[in-house]
Amino acid sequence: MSTIVLLVITGLGLGALYFLVASGLSLIYGLMGVLNFAHGSFLTISAFLGWEVGRRVSDGTWWGLALSALVGVAVGAIVAALTEYLLIRRLYERHIEQALVTVGLSLASVALFEGIWGTDPIYTEKPDWLGQTTVILGAKIPNDRFLLIACALLVLGGIVLFLRKTRYGLIIRAGVENRSMVTALGIDVRRSFTLVFAIGGAAAGLGGVLASVYYGYVSAHLGSTLLIFAFIVTVIGGLGSLTGAAIASVLVAVLQQFANFYLGGTGDLVVVIALAAVLLIRPRGLMGKVA
Amino acid sequence: MTHRQGTAQQTADAAASVPTTAPTRTAASDRRTLWLAIGGAALVALLAVLPLLAIDIPGVLPGPTYTPGTLQLLAYAMLIAALALSYRMMFGLAGLLSFGHALFFAAGAYGLGITLDAFAPVDWPSELIFLGSIVVTLVLGLVLAATVGALALRVTGISFAMVTLAFAQAGSVIIRRNPGGATGGDEGLSLDITNVPDALVGVLNTRNLYWVALGVLVFVYLVVLWVEKSRAGHVAEATRENELRVRVIGIRPYNVKLLVFIVASVLAAVAGMGYLLLQSGASPRVATADFTLTLLVIVVLGGVGYRWGAIVGGIVYTLLDQRLTALAGSDAIAALPDVLRIPLSEPLFILGTLFILVVLFLPGGIAGLPQRIRTGRKQHPAEAEETADA
Repeated sequence: MSTIVLLVITGLGLGALYFLVASGLSLIYGLMGVLNFAHGSFLTISAFLGWEVGRRVSDGTWWGLALSALVGVAVGAIVAALTEYLLIRRLYERHIEQALVTVGLSLASVALFEGIWGTDPIYTEKPDWLGQTTVILGAKIPNDRFLLIACALLVLGGIVLFLRKTRYGLIIRAGVENRSMVTALGIDVRRSFTLVFAIGGAAAGLGGVLASVYYGYVSAHLGSTLLIFAFIVTVIGGLGSLTGAAIASVLVAVLQQFANFYLGGTGDLVVVIALAAVLLIRPRGLMGKVA
Repeated sequence: MTHRQGTAQQTADAAASVPTTAPTRTAASDRRTLWLAIGGAALVALLAVLPLLAIDIPGVLPGPTYTPGTLQLLAYAMLIAALALSYRMMFGLAGLLSFGHALFFAAGAYGLGITLDAFAPVDWPSELIFLGSIVVTLVLGLVLAATVGALALRVTGISFAMVTLAFAQAGSVIIRRNPGGATGGDEGLSLDITNVPDALVGVLNTRNLYWVALGVLVFVYLVVLWVEKSRAGHVAEATRENELRVRVIGIRPYNVKLLVFIVASVLAAVAGMGYLLLQSGASPRVATADFTLTLLVIVVLGGVGYRWGAIVGGIVYTLLDQRLTALAGSDAIAALPDVLRIPLSEPLFILGTLFILVVLFLPGGIAGLPQRIRTGRKQHPAEAEETADA
């Protein structure tokens, strides 16, 4: 019993991380049809800069972590918005080229990060409490999982509130449904594009700082590893669906943890098999609309 | 090797609205095809005698063309060109943006290595084992391609890209996991030379491996040309432009796309086998998503609309990558301040940036340059009009 509880909660923690990356991907794809390969780079740069700032202010304390998170969110949002403004927008409506530009950006940025911070992982300090465990139903759960879950829930809630309660949220939701109609109504969708990129980047940025807490290190390849799982999550959940991304994040991560434990570390393979199964049964994903 | 009448000519043919000019046009294009075929054959012949000559291009090649180091580099460039050519067939011809092409290249390299190993204890003549291993690897590649293709083609566009990526990732994970000690994990697989013909082993025989690589490139080129000129190739092209219309006239695009996917993947496996022999081993790097992305960069840099673009892209990229790495280690770079030194010492940073610039400002790639200069057109001729910048 305690093993199952441990695996479920650990899976939820990992799922939280996947969700932070996948939510941005999914929103960006839903509104703009852009597959953003640079999303992992947003995450990595935020993790690095967040770590650099947090470490200088006070290493291994809550203040330092909070500051890292704040810096990570800001950096993610700014970098993403700039990417959209400088690169994506020039290739209006040319989805393949847009994806290609983000591919180039991801290759170049990872190389740059390696140049600046080196190829070896940099180990980070975290507040003592996060390194300890809490016993729930006999299972010793590492405390950082709770932080991850809480943050992902906050982000999910925040994005849902933003989409439901604000004017921009309304435009974005309408844009996901039918962009040409929104444009025809005389609304400038392009500003919402930048906004969606900024929100996605901010979520990825927070994800980057939390990933460095979860893994205990920052490295130039942090983003690319998570990005592939985020892609899988986005496809399983249904492209463009935020709820789908949330559900699929949890499913994928919990499945991965169970397979890693009970099936001899085959978590990654099981996830791909799950993807194949979803495609066979329901090609549009769990919550996806009919294409 | 300089056939490029393909896309450009078809567009021109389609544009010819006056039927009376058709006969002369056909005669002219026939003559052109003939000249291009002769030119291509001459180029292949020149490449074939290169190991016997002593041509030195300082700054581009590490030494004269008969030295093993240069031949090794050129052979590697040709295998990458062959791989890029197979990738272009999928992406450029059928419009299938796959992010998992590396899977099949790795399947060829690792497949041959593992089968050779598996057959090694058997007491058959070594030529039989060598050829048998190649056949087994091809069959495995075919089965893998058919499975992955059939699944991935259930979705289209960007989802297709992600699904192929996921499968390639699974392959990459398996290779790095080193199941049963078969793939060598992060260390890579080293070729067991017991049953490899002596002529393909050792530094002194680099020349033979160079010819093998050239053979692979010519073979892949001819297969790609054949597929593109076939009925299936035309349907694939039509599907890329407008899938709905293809369906309306009663053709199932799924089958054609699957065919193109399988042929391209098996060709990638062929290039992978050449790679294993050339490098006498395989490293897990060739199975990563980054490797596929590199292929994409090569094809787009070279020019998606042209077959020879993939070849030029593959060769230019490999030489550039090699030279940039050498440049990164040079004293001139080391003396620069950090702001310049760090970006300039990362070849991938330069290539990535170059790639972004090509996508933004040079949609035809390198191969599109002559056309662009001649006509002064901003758009690549194969691109639809509606893609004009907004």
